Amino acid sequence: MDSDNITREKELARGRSDEQEPRRLRTAQGSTANRASETRTEPAVTVENLDMYYGSFKALQDVNMLIGRNRVTALIGPSGCGKSTFIRSINRMHEIVPKARVEGKVLLDGEDVYASDVDPVRVRRKVGMVFQKPNPFPTMSIYDNVVAGIKLGGNHKKSELDEVVERTLRQAALWDEVKDKLKQGGTSLSGGQQQRLCIARTLAIEPEVILMDEPASALDPVSTQKIEDAMEDLKKKYTVVIVTHNMQQAARISDYTGFFFIENMGDPGRLWEFDETSKMFSNPNRKETEDYVTGRFG
Amino acid sequence: MNLLKRIRRGHTSDTIFAFVALLFGLSIVVIMGGIIFQLWLQSSVARSEFGWSFLWSAAYRPGENEYGALTFIYGTLVTAFLAILLAGPVGVGIAAYLVEIAPDRVNRILGFVVELLAAIPSIVYGLWGFFVLAPFLRDYVVPVIQASPLGWLPIFGGTFFGPTVFTASIVLAVMILPTVAAVSRDVIRAVPQDQREGMLALGATRWEMFRQAVLPYAGSGVLGAIILGLGRAAGETMAVTFIIGNSPRLFDSLFDQGATLASIIAGQFPEAGGILLSVLIELGLVLFIITILINISARLIVSLISRSPRGGIRA
Ligand SMILES: Nc1ncnc2c1ncn2[C@@H]1O[C@H](COP(=O)(O)OP(=O)(O)O)[C@@H](O)[C@H]1O
Ligand SMILES: [Mg+2]
Repeated sequence: MDSDNITREKELARGRSDEQEPRRLRTAQGSTANRASETRTEPAVTVENLDMYYGSFKALQDVNMLIGRNRVTALIGPSGCGKSTFIRSINRMHEIVPKARVEGKVLLDGEDVYASDVDPVRVRRKVGMVFQKPNPFPTMSIYDNVVAGIKLGGNHKKSELDEVVERTLRQAALWDEVKDKLKQGGTSLSGGQQQRLCIARTLAIEPEVILMDEPASALDPVSTQKIEDAMEDLKKKYTVVIVTHNMQQAARISDYTGFFFIENMGDPGRLWEFDETSKMFSNPNRKETEDYVTGRFG
Repeated sequence: MNLLKRIRRGHTSDTIFAFVALLFGLSIVVIMGGIIFQLWLQSSVARSEFGWSFLWSAAYRPGENEYGALTFIYGTLVTAFLAILLAGPVGVGIAAYLVEIAPDRVNRILGFVVELLAAIPSIVYGLWGFFVLAPFLRDYVVPVIQASPLGWLPIFGGTFFGPTVFTASIVLAVMILPTVAAVSRDVIRAVPQDQREGMLALGATRWEMFRQAVLPYAGSGVLGAIILGLGRAAGETMAVTFIIGNSPRLFDSLFDQGATLASIIAGQFPEAGGILLSVLIELGLVLFIITILINISARLIVSLISRSPRGGIRA
């Protein structure tokens, strides 16, 4: 990325970040300490002293993060430094890996998602997830894919389902392309359309938080654009956390950015720096962040 | 012929390999053809004597020179379906447990036990059925069934001695369980992890995940496993011969005795000569065709479902 570009990204990011928003989401180190005084809008998710292990391998160490409500938070960083691991800890998706475990706290609306009486199923209904590789259910029609999550809840009224399907497909910018073949052949859906279908499916369960793990990394630029357009809308209603390898994308769509980094091979990943996106891309506090966002390594 | 063209064009070693492979492939067809031809040939006496009505005649009285296959076809189908009715859900359940729930160690042990079940010789199952299962059913299971409302159904009527259709079906179920469980396990294991994650992320419980995402995805394969089990049940011989009573009748109670194609052949072959021998060979031909039909329909169903015309999303 040349410097011209950076300035433009910066402007873009600034333009979108809400000026009214108190600058409460500071660097990882500072955030927890200041939290008490920041009561104006409580964060959707609060992560405190999070460590994560796969067996004896420590994948993440001491992550602290306040994830702003109705904001887009981008997570960036080199491969293998724990971004996927981190977002999976938010909806307890890591639990399907047999030896994965978590230490520390993840508070969702102030409630610890790891408290012993909390059912992961309930957490996942509040925290939806879109995966890197589109994973629609191949035996279901487009319609059934969208309502798959709702039907789990036992809600079956046809008119309601119809309404949800149209609304979420519109939100995911897919409606016009599939409205004539909802019940039948989804066989021709492209990768980008499949991913938008997966977004619609996630929206249909009306989560508060949507986690996206590199949702556009396997897609062509046009599909990527459509997904980004959809995200513009999403953040009005949802809290979005998105992992991306694409710096321009992070700068364009996010309000806050977290940079994950491993300093020495074999160390666990850490949240190296976390701040408003405009700051992260113009004037980050740490040198590694600057190197990474300017593409000097990564 | 594509292959021949390629054989002519390719490198020498490739040519030889392709040729040998073709030979082996053809040998299977030749063997199959040979078996059918032999069965056809050697059953000619019976076929010319009884014609097509052999297939739907329920009479089977060697003393009076009356022969029909119906009672055996009936016995074969009833026991096989009953067996799969029992073994199907249990086998798929075991497979689901092994893949989705069981911790590694349990998985290995249980997997081993399942494979062990498959390795037990047929006659041992027969002995077990006769000396262990049949008395157990007689003393503990049948009285309960007959005392319950179900007892009024004709299929549970009559007096239960040891060797019955019911006993045979249960032994068959145990015998085909390893096939159903092992094949379904492999099919279920092959379901991509992202399908599971996708469903879990929507707030599904593990059971819902299995029911809504895994099973439909593995559906055609699981069905294949079940039909494979059905085919095995239809052809199983020694154990059934031992415990079904081997008496040709169109039973209407499962607690009655019966016979299958395989059991009557095994039971009567040692003393057979003349027309009876020819009849038994024709029964063998019928069995062969039934098993082939079951397998072909398995394939058809599997390929029909996997090319689902309902229009899934190709992932
Ligand atoms: N299922 C797993 N089992 C063991 N180690 C894992 C597993 N998933 C990820 N890891 C390890 O955890 C670290 C972080 O991985 P990941 O969260 O996927 O990084 P990122 O998403 O930033 O590329 C890597 O070292 C990776 O090898
Ligand atoms: Mg990742």
